[in-house]
Amino acid sequence: MTTFLQQLVNGLSLGSIYALIALGYTMVYGVLRLINFAHGDVYMVGAYAGYYLSRKLKGDEPSLVGALVVMLGAMLVCAVLGVIIERFAYRPVRRAARLTLLITAIGVSLFIENGAQLVFGPDPKFFPSLAPRADFIVGGVRLTSEQLTVIAVSFLLMVLLRFFILKTRTGKAMRAVSFNLDAAKLMGISTDRIIAITFGLGSALAAAAGVLIGMQIPKIDPLMGIIYGLKAFVAAVLGGIGNVPGAVLGGLLIGTSEVMVVGYLSSTYRDAIAFGILILVLLLRPQGILGRTHKEKV
Amino acid sequence: MKSRVLLALLLAATLAPACRRGGGDEILVGEYGSLTGTTATFGQSTNNAIQMAYEQINAAGGVLGKKVRVIVEDDQSKPEEAATAVTKLINQNHVVAMLGEVSSSRSLAAAPICQANGVPMISPSSTNPRVTQVGDYIFRVCFIDPFQAEVGARIAWEILHLKKVAILSDVRNDYSVGLQTFFRQTFKGFGGEIVAEQSYSEGDSDFRAQLTQIKSANPEGIYVPGYYTEVGTIARQARELGITVPLIGGDGWDSPRLWEIGGEALNGCHFSNHYSVDDPAPAVQKFVADYKAKYNQVPDALAALGYDAARILADAMTRAGSTDGEKVRDALAATKDFPGVTGTITINKDRNAVKPAVVLKIENGKFVYVTTVKPTGT
Repeated sequence: MTTFLQQLVNGLSLGSIYALIALGYTMVYGVLRLINFAHGDVYMVGAYAGYYLSRKLKGDEPSLVGALVVMLGAMLVCAVLGVIIERFAYRPVRRAARLTLLITAIGVSLFIENGAQLVFGPDPKFFPSLAPRADFIVGGVRLTSEQLTVIAVSFLLMVLLRFFILKTRTGKAMRAVSFNLDAAKLMGISTDRIIAITFGLGSALAAAAGVLIGMQIPKIDPLMGIIYGLKAFVAAVLGGIGNVPGAVLGGLLIGTSEVMVVGYLSSTYRDAIAFGILILVLLLRPQGILGRTHKEKV
Repeated sequence: MKSRVLLALLLAATLAPACRRGGGDEILVGEYGSLTGTTATFGQSTNNAIQMAYEQINAAGGVLGKKVRVIVEDDQSKPEEAATAVTKLINQNHVVAMLGEVSSSRSLAAAPICQANGVPMISPSSTNPRVTQVGDYIFRVCFIDPFQAEVGARIAWEILHLKKVAILSDVRNDYSVGLQTFFRQTFKGFGGEIVAEQSYSEGDSDFRAQLTQIKSANPEGIYVPGYYTEVGTIARQARELGITVPLIGGDGWDSPRLWEIGGEALNGCHFSNHYSVDDPAPAVQKFVADYKAKYNQVPDALAALGYDAARILADAMTRAGSTDGEKVRDALAATKDFPGVTGTITINKDRNAVKPAVVLKIENGKFVYVTTVKPTGT
């Protein structure tokens, strides 16, 4: 039982990372109906931004303030990156066929992956410890401060995001754009600005995930975004793409089931489980767990 | 029309006769290795040592009156790239012999190509038995995994006095799977018990699920026959989960970066290796001093083996009096009592080197020599 609970904690902390990345997928899909395949790579850039920032701050003892600076710095870097990607890669082709947009996204993804290998070097790098660490043992289950941080920070960010979307004017505008882009424009909403903000927000969340994984794992490499990005995408689809709470739920489900499969079956099926779930969802409930069916406009 | 000319040129290039190899006043030797990727230090150390070996040999007059030049290809720590690299070295650069790889999976990808082209290949440090079984042109200058796993089992049973051990191996790596199999056999043969077996895939970075399962089996030690990037990460995550028992491993641990990744989590862990920098033998100390002077770094075992592989190849060419593939192959097969840095090297009928292994213990970033284990029957 202790083992099971421990695996549950492991799964939740991994799942929180997927959830944070999945939010970016789902938000962008919400406003643009675009699967932003470069999103996983933004997450990778976030991890590297955190790595270089923490190296800059090195010399200081691990401290909470330092960790916070690194996290916010990386989120800022990626928010800017997200806005740049949207402005220069997606905006010019926004009115083109959907397939064009999708292929552009794949192109951006390849560009970032290979660019990162050139800039950061292809060898893996290792995160220094950012925050002072401590372990808590609750009923035989060991909770490391890293795991708790990952879970707590993820949930805090998700709650903030939900508040932002539901309670602020910009959030309302985002929902309007997501509902109908043209109608929103007619109502006087600056859709370009809202879309840019969506990309910035989603990318900042991915950067937070990158820093959190760096603290926890602590290995980062330029291709780390591929598999995490794919699994987060599955999480977003599982929860219902375009649906914010759904992305969180999907992330946690994928993370937990992955850990359970590795723990109780075999690590060989680690990646198979995520994609197996994707196929099942597409077959049985294409709109996802919390998704609603929309009638396609013809 | 243009494409036809191109096709003809391509054909001519691939079918170009072997006699073009090694023309001029240079002997071209190919080397493929992981200069980048998850096992970057393996390739870099090996390459440093090979370059140093041939610089020394060239300064002393070269081989057969010619200078040896090494052409290096990076395989990015990927087996498929290793196959591409050797194909290029053989077909485009017309090398007369091949040095590489460290990883068994990558040597296994490249060896059939060398064999088919009649280019002798020496792997400095691939320990999986299947590597040299590819064919009679494939050699190695290190011991093989059944022996290395026996050393691992001896570390657990005789040095650390452990009765219950768990294994965590890399399922996608021939080296790791081989060590796992042989370790299980030997350790059970001693009377020990394997309480848990878990696996991961090279490139994974989250091992908590496996380690949690291992922890619940209460082992007294964990055998982790993997490469340093994963091992360092595993060690850290194991300690975070409250696993305090020692980890045991093989030569895949040997990297200057291991400590950087794993840090204090590795204190008290043991692994089997090919040589120790603390060995007082003059040949070893000269090598260590030369290497330090040139690269400002302590050479790891992969460097030592790369150095030995390069020099054995030069020695075989000298004895063969030729760089012809078949003659070099025969000379390599006849290598006897070659004084290497990693011990006296004799190539046996299976084209493997039979050598003792050393046991090293990790203490605050240093690999401390514990003991030497001789292969049975010598």
